[in-house]
Amino acid sequence: MITGTFIRTFRLGVKSLMLHKLRSMLTTLGMLFGVASVVAMLAIGEGASKEAQEQIKQLGSHNIILRSVKPPDDPISNQDTRVSNYGLTNADFDRMSQTFPWAEDVVPMRILQQEVRFEEQALNPRIISTVPNYLEATGRVMYEGRFLNERDQINTANVCVIGYEVSRQLFPFESPLEQQIKIGPDYFTVVGTLLPRVPIGSDQPAPGDDITGEIFLPMSTGLRWFGDMQVKIRAGSRDMEMVELHEIIFKVDSGDNVPIAAAAAREMLNRYHNDQDYEVVVPLELLLREEETKRIFKIVLASIAGISLLVGGIGIMNVMLATVTERTREIGVRRALGAKKRHIMWQFLVETVVLSVGGGLLGIALGLSIPKIVEYYTDMEPVVTPAAPALAFGISVGIGLLFGLYPAWRAANMDPVEALRHE
Amino acid sequence: MELRPPVAELIDVSRVYRMGDVEVRALDGISCTYREGEYWAIMGSSGSGKSTMLNLLGCIDRPTGGDYRVRDISIGTLDDDELSELRGEHIGFIFQSFNLIQQLNVLENILVPRFYLETPGSEAEDKAVELAERVGLADRIHHRPRELSGGQQQRVAIARALINDPSLLLADEATGNLDTQTTREILELFDELHQEGMTILLVTHEKEVGARAGRTMWLRDGKLDRIVEREPVA
Repeated sequence: MITGTFIRTFRLGVKSLMLHKLRSMLTTLGMLFGVASVVAMLAIGEGASKEAQEQIKQLGSHNIILRSVKPPDDPISNQDTRVSNYGLTNADFDRMSQTFPWAEDVVPMRILQQEVRFEEQALNPRIISTVPNYLEATGRVMYEGRFLNERDQINTANVCVIGYEVSRQLFPFESPLEQQIKIGPDYFTVVGTLLPRVPIGSDQPAPGDDITGEIFLPMSTGLRWFGDMQVKIRAGSRDMEMVELHEIIFKVDSGDNVPIAAAAAREMLNRYHNDQDYEVVVPLELLLREEETKRIFKIVLASIAGISLLVGGIGIMNVMLATVTERTREIGVRRALGAKKRHIMWQFLVETVVLSVGGGLLGIALGLSIPKIVEYYTDMEPVVTPAAPALAFGISVGIGLLFGLYPAWRAANMDPVEALRHE
Repeated sequence: MELRPPVAELIDVSRVYRMGDVEVRALDGISCTYREGEYWAIMGSSGSGKSTMLNLLGCIDRPTGGDYRVRDISIGTLDDDELSELRGEHIGFIFQSFNLIQQLNVLENILVPRFYLETPGSEAEDKAVELAERVGLADRIHHRPRELSGGQQQRVAIARALINDPSLLLADEATGNLDTQTTREILELFDELHQEGMTILLVTHEKEVGARAGRTMWLRDGKLDRIVEREPVA
């Protein structure tokens, strides 16, 4: 019986609204755009932060990345030729791999600058000499062939694994496996290729560098052929760099231990390095910072959407107050025919909710189509979470109730005698 | 000869409006008993207290002095909800300007008072159709009020007033907006209802209309001037 009453009240509300179609439609516009902006903004915001999080996760949320950073030039030693000796050392690596209890993998990396040739083609990729653990610690995936192994390391083998980019440039039409490429002065056999990954942050080649792709060598081989010294010739001066290790990837055994391990690594480096010739990148910290940014972003979006919903709600209230005044006589008649205050109250409340929910539903439809348009015209991928339309729907019901309450209360508390006399 | 039971009783009723410091006695010490099956006209010039009387009789206003009883229920003891219920159950309102609800069709309009009763039964719709037939609008039940003539609208209003089998039919200048021909038809309908035993109170200032009723209550300056009976008290 209660549902029957509700359905009748609901139908009455719809009928009353249909009496003034244009007015009702215009009134719902406020809600429509408010709700549409909530849904669309949430989807775009979610998409933006998800993209950033994907990139951070590729670095490995359990990893701590230590990098050598060249300290600012010492102005006194401004000679034509200088040797700068900086960065992470093998001693750092040993200390970490031997004393840190949270270490699952510690991977040293050296980055060499050498020209790579195959037949007529020449490239300047990042040449990374590292250990077999690299693959596991970074979670990268082989495309074909194999990665470096222990035997390569022991034999100081002239083998290399090439990145997808290098493979595509040097071997566009054939398999690179078992091909010989020239790195610096010597020939290396390609044993495998890697799938690409999205470059992030400082990993990304600077616009001036024509570094494309990566080549991996066994640590021992890199050391044997290219030594510790790197020579860079730059505008008349020769820079020589001594860097023992360019990067150390430190994989922590569990996510919970990442903060402790990061603190310990910073502490240890701080003790043994006089200069700030290193940086510590903790993807988990970036991730947390990203979460925080996302949270702030959401609060900002919610406030903007909230204001537009508020404006929509006030618009609805305004129209409902006018409607109540306009229908004073109807209210009087209904009261005379036996309607209680709560009947009148419900009648107008339901009408307001129908109005705001109608606007809300249209707004959800619009809000869901905006991300599709964004996706079509930009390379951004908005993510519509099912919670967003549900939230928007809930909000529009809430706004209807909240802003319908006062007009409904006014209607219900009219004096029937006065209301009947109203022209 | 036994008197028929009273439907509504005014016992020394007065209604005082306060406008600032001025007291206006719209009704002053009126007593009257309306018995079952009686057909009354309540008459008087404008300002005589007719409207106030109508509001009191229809239970949308309360007396400031004395007591008003409908079916032995004193309305002074009722709260707003109970008073609404009493109106729905016992009073059938008919207004001068029909006051149909524009967004509803004829059938739905007839059902409005039913809807506000505690339990709207499933037989209600059949009854509404029956009443539409009774007032001669069987072929119009799905029309909207604005598609009907004044006379037809008033017929709908009468059907609406009858849907809850009220104790009292209360008509306020029910023919004031109608032409002579339609007025006659509506008044004939009242006659029929009266013959079927309905208690009718007709508030009017037109003598020809009042002449139909068996009893006339004349008001002057808020006081009961005289009661004229044209038919013997049964």
